[in-house]
Amino acid sequence: MSTQEHTAVAHLHRDDVRSRMGMWLFLFTELILFGGMFFLYAVYRFLHQADFHVAAKSMNILIGTVNTAILLTSSLTIALSIAALQNKKKILSLILQGITVIFGLLFLVNKYFEWSAEIHHGNYPGSPELISQSSGHILFFGLYYVMTGLHGLHVIIGMVVIMFMMRFTIKDVITPDHIVKLEAAGLYWHLVDIIWIFLFPLFYLIT
Amino acid sequence: MASDAAAVHSNSYETYLDYKGKHKGIFAWILSTDHKRIGILYMVALLSWFLVGMALGGLIRLELLTPGRTIVGPQTYNAFFTLHGVIMLFIFVIPGIPAVFGNFFLPIMIGAEDVAFPRINLLSWYLYIIGGILIILAIFLPGGAPDTGWTFYIPYSIRTSTNMIITLTAVFLLGFSSILTGLNFITTIHRLRAPGMDWFKMPLFSWALYATGWIQVIVTPIIGITLLLVIIERVFGVGIFDPALGGDPILFQHLFWIYSHPAVYIMAVPAMGVISEIIPTFSRRTIFGYKFIAYSSLAIALFGSLVWAHHMFAVGMSDSAEFIFSLLTFMVAIPSAIKVFNWTATLYKGSIQLDPPMLYSLAFIFLFSIGGLTGIIQGALSVDIHLTDTYFIVGHIHYVVFGTAGFGIFAALHYWLPKMIGKIYNMKTAKVAFWITFIGFNILYFPFFIMGWLGMPRRSYDYLPEYQVYHVISTVGSWIMISGILLMFYNLLKSVYTGKRVTERNLWGGETLEWTVPTPPPLTNFEKLPDVTVGPYEYKQNDIEVEEVK
Repeated sequence: MSTQEHTAVAHLHRDDVRSRMGMWLFLFTELILFGGMFFLYAVYRFLHQADFHVAAKSMNILIGTVNTAILLTSSLTIALSIAALQNKKKILSLILQGITVIFGLLFLVNKYFEWSAEIHHGNYPGSPELISQSSGHILFFGLYYVMTGLHGLHVIIGMVVIMFMMRFTIKDVITPDHIVKLEAAGLYWHLVDIIWIFLFPLFYLIT
Repeated sequence: MASDAAAVHSNSYETYLDYKGKHKGIFAWILSTDHKRIGILYMVALLSWFLVGMALGGLIRLELLTPGRTIVGPQTYNAFFTLHGVIMLFIFVIPGIPAVFGNFFLPIMIGAEDVAFPRINLLSWYLYIIGGILIILAIFLPGGAPDTGWTFYIPYSIRTSTNMIITLTAVFLLGFSSILTGLNFITTIHRLRAPGMDWFKMPLFSWALYATGWIQVIVTPIIGITLLLVIIERVFGVGIFDPALGGDPILFQHLFWIYSHPAVYIMAVPAMGVISEIIPTFSRRTIFGYKFIAYSSLAIALFGSLVWAHHMFAVGMSDSAEFIFSLLTFMVAIPSAIKVFNWTATLYKGSIQLDPPMLYSLAFIFLFSIGGLTGIIQGALSVDIHLTDTYFIVGHIHYVVFGTAGFGIFAALHYWLPKMIGKIYNMKTAKVAFWITFIGFNILYFPFFIMGWLGMPRRSYDYLPEYQVYHVISTVGSWIMISGILLMFYNLLKSVYTGKRVTERNLWGGETLEWTVPTPPPLTNFEKLPDVTVGPYEYKQNDIEVEEVK
């Protein structure tokens, strides 16, 4: 029996597969969380096709497209930051992580202007203009604010997480050999990206 | 495995209870990431909440002793049954067995030193505690305790002026805590099994926790988003569920039950795992149909996630949807019955010892059979139209949830608490408490079926005089059951302070790994990592070694 040597503590033994598995399970729960809203969207779209059609036309496709480009690029920069650190280029990795955070910020700034414009037009929950519209119209904007709002919250969380990763990288907690934390943060950022890739066509493109 | 453990002499180790970390006093507990201490933390919190929930249940029964007002007004009564449901379901039985006994014993049973993510484990305890504190705030803050019932049905939950936002936030956090526990256990079982511990050498309790973990991870996010949407609905009036703005309240019910039906299996499957441990131990027989029990846990997890709309047969779904959900409901009975038959087959020709854990387990089988069969009755469409929203469903839910998850927790307490603290309770008192509880339980809940069949509506503050006889019987039953439970708790609590010390490793002659480690377990569980060569219930091979350990 070879267990004599194993008296060491199993849980102190590093296991990157375990960390990744935990992260994937967590991302899975996030997908289901958003899945609940996509389910509601599907039902209401089916029930109010004409209203959704009209309401989606009033969305600003330009801002939506720019934001899609920003998020897709930021997914690239976070992936490159992992690759950079794996190649022992710490400074480059830090710069790329920083760029990802800046892209996240740009996305939110755009979102802010977009929401302000909609609110200015009276398209916000409970506004007299919106209440007077058909129920499909109300539901479209209700879902729009809730889904993009919750997505925006995830962008903020992702930015905070990546800022922590930058700190860890500076302090050499994350190194080319101990990179699993940065990988997990990257996975989270990709999730944020993927959800947006579905939100964009559902609210802006399908008219 | 037992021989290895026997070779290492005891008393030369530091137990997890004696361990002095860098923190002192209470902080040595609430900042500890040791899975055993977290299990105890959960146990203290859970059982305290159980007493609160039980007190509320007792008050509900007292109020229903006579028609009209007995002790409280209708608004207070509504708050009582809402809080009773929220506390018992979301704070007591859903975390229940996984959080207490899963945390404590899962790593030991599969030969690990801790769970996969010890710090996340502590985080989930904190989320649980914060959830509980918010419930307390919801009761006492101005606005008043929630009065919607534990189901939070729209539109009332967006119209009532009571503290709904706090209550919903609390349940949201409790759900998050539950997700983290499930995620932790799945990863632990995948990555931390000891050498030689392959999937089919795992104790059935670990299988049950594995299936439960998946249910928690798959369905809990749905209740999270649903309750979040109700909160958003209340704050901003977005109209997603509000019929006044075009939303559909029935969609809320779908989303709610997509979680809350599988939640029944989050409660019941771990309890079934406990029973699958206790039955072979106390009948000295290898479990009958190991693989069937293991797979049936997964089958229950799968089918149980597809039957939610049987809670909504009366809301006006299409006939074909009702037909499909009814059929799937019947199919859940198959894996459930597989378990019951395998347990009884294990008992056959066994050398049965009627110690307290075994008594609770046998009661479990009895109560689960009644609960399960009455579930089948309501799964039939035509009958359900007659029974929907009556006391029949209240009886069913109590037989299933309390009779299985509740009795599962009691069984687990009597089975494992001596191992956890190294002291044993008074056997005789435990048996007396069991019989009082069991008899009281049936006097309390069985009349529900009869008056439900006769048409007594659930959640009703007042009732027609012809139902009073059943309510009186039931209320008297509640007094009997509560005294039994209080006696049980007194006995267990007394054992913590003045109980007889036990040092033998294998208290009951069990064959799983937790009985090979010292009592109470040392900080890192094992003196040396076990190398597993035989399955969990192979009594014939191991009997002699067990005697040596004793």
